[in-house]
Order: sequence, then C-alpha cells, then structure tokens
Amino acid sequence: MTPATTLPVARPVAIPLREILPWALFGGLLLMLGIYFVGVEEGAVAMFKGMYVHEFVHDARHLLGFPCH
Amino acid sequence: MTGKLLTGGLLAGLVAAVLCFSFFKVVGEPTVERAIAFEQSMEEAKAKAKADEAAAKGLPAPTEQTEPELVSRPVQSSVGLLTGVGVFSMAFGGLFALVFALVYGRFGELGARATSAVLAAEGFVAIYLAPALKYPANPPSVGLPETIDMRTSLYLALVLISLAVMIAASLLRRSLAGRIGGWNAAILAGFAYIAVMVGVSLALPSVNEVPEGFPADLLWQFRIASLGGQALMWAILGLLFGVYAERLIGAKRPALRPVHA
Repeated sequence: MTPATTLPVARPVAIPLREILPWALFGGLLLMLGIYFVGVEEGAVAMFKGMYVHEFVHDARHLLGFPCH
Repeated sequence: MTGKLLTGGLLAGLVAAVLCFSFFKVVGEPTVERAIAFEQSMEEAKAKAKADEAAAKGLPAPTEQTEPELVSRPVQSSVGLLTGVGVFSMAFGGLFALVFALVYGRFGELGARATSAVLAAEGFVAIYLAPALKYPANPPSVGLPETIDMRTSLYLALVLISLAVMIAASLLRRSLAGRIGGWNAAILAGFAYIAVMVGVSLALPSVNEVPEGFPADLLWQFRIASLGGQALMWAILGLLFGVYAERLIGAKRPALRPVHA
C-alpha cells in the first residue's frame, strides 16, 4: 500500500502593504483627479473658469451616468 | 510589482476605453443627438411663444441671445467623447490595479484571473449599477441647471455609500467564510449589500426632472446605452487585467505542481 500524499497547492501570496502604499497614494490621487475632470469639473464645482472642459467631455459625462447641466 | 500591475491596469483601461467608445458612438450617440434635437425644438417653441406674446401687445419681437458654442457637436461626439471615456476608463483601470494589489491573496484563495473578474463585477455593481438604479443616467435636456449641485452631491454620495457598503460586505464574507463556507458566506454578504442599498436608496430623496413630452423610448434607450457601455468597460477591464496579472504573478512564483515520478 502506498502512503497517502497531499499535493501542494499554489496559494496566492499577498503583496506587502508597504510596497503598495506609495503607489496607492500618488497614483490614486492622480487617477481620482482624472475622474473628477470627466465627471464633475465645471458642473457642480469648478477649478477653472468657463465651460470648456465641461463642453468638451459633455457626451462622455452624460453617457457615463454623471449628472450634467 | 505594484508599479507593473498599475501599468497593466492603465493598459487594460485603454483597451476598455476604445471598445466602450465604439459602443457609445454606435449605440449612445444617436440617442444624444435625438435628445439635443428635442431640447432645441423646446427652446424654439418657447421663443416663438414669447414672440407671439410680444406681437399681440404690439411690441417688437424680443431678440434671443444664443449662447456661443464653445465646442462643436462633431467634436463633442468624437474627440471629446473619446477623451472623456479614455480618461475615465484608464483612471478606473489604474485604481482597479491598486485595489487588486491590495486584495489579492487577502480575500480567499482565488487566483489572479478570478480575483480580477470578481473584483470588476463588484466594482461595476458598486460604482455604477447600484447608484444608477436610484439616480439613472440622463440624456441632454433632462435635468434642471439650477439643481446640478444637489444632483451631483446626491449621486456622488450614493456612489461612495455603495462603495463603502460593498467593502463592508466583502469583509463580512471573509470573516464568515471560515465558519459557514465560502459559497454561503458570499450569498449572505451579497444579500446584506442588497438589503442595505435598498434601504439607503429608499431613504435618499428622489429626483424626477424629465420635461413634459420627452419621448419615453428615447429615455430608455439612452439609459440602456449608458448601462451597456459601463458594463462593457468593466468586463474588459476585469478580464484583460486578469490575464496580465496572472502572467505577472505566475512568472514570479515558482509552480508548486509535483512532478510525476
């Protein structure tokens, strides 16, 4: 009789938090700024004067589901 | 590792953006054009009514000041749409990669591809679907300019609440999985998310600013186009990024499969 053997299974190994943190801080901030410009800028709040950003991304803002006008 | 994942997320977002843009261009833009035509016909009717009123009083017709067009319609519906969708999709691709880096290996034992697919499905539900069921996407001419502040606040608040509830549900699933099993824990957490979101949606004020006479089929088609584009974007993001992450992570980790002796 052969002894029972267990097969080693590849378990996912988590990425250390200290490696993620700097990317999450700087990358996350920058990316959220991008979403802000497409979704909100020159609508409810505005960083720049005028309506150019709003008008330029107008169709995307509507179709992506953000409130517009 | 995180930097490489971030690059992969941005690239997956770029591909998703191209497909999402194509979908919006073919399915969404005709509805936007029809909605703008409706808006213009309403404005013309209003201007005509004013002119008739003035003529009845024997006054000269009032001259309407038309707003200068900052960006032309052809630009809005092509480069503008592509830029908007591109920035949005790539930004979500990047954020998606960061969240993936955080949850991979920490929420159960799913592999990279499955983690990515599940995460994208959760992101689509939490960030688009659940908020849109309460505050759906609206075409041009639906929505009063004077309520934009309130509508934006309500929408973004609901997105953030939905995201927080989804995170809480995921933590609940993780803590229950050991006791009642992964399948049951996922079902329970899913129902908990739905129950809380139904409650929150009922509690928040409703917004109905559809002008009288706006075609119901047009409103439906526009909202379906919005839903389709978002679903497409999240699906491409989740599936494509999963392939990339699997290769990246699999390449780093030695295979543990035993060699047949």
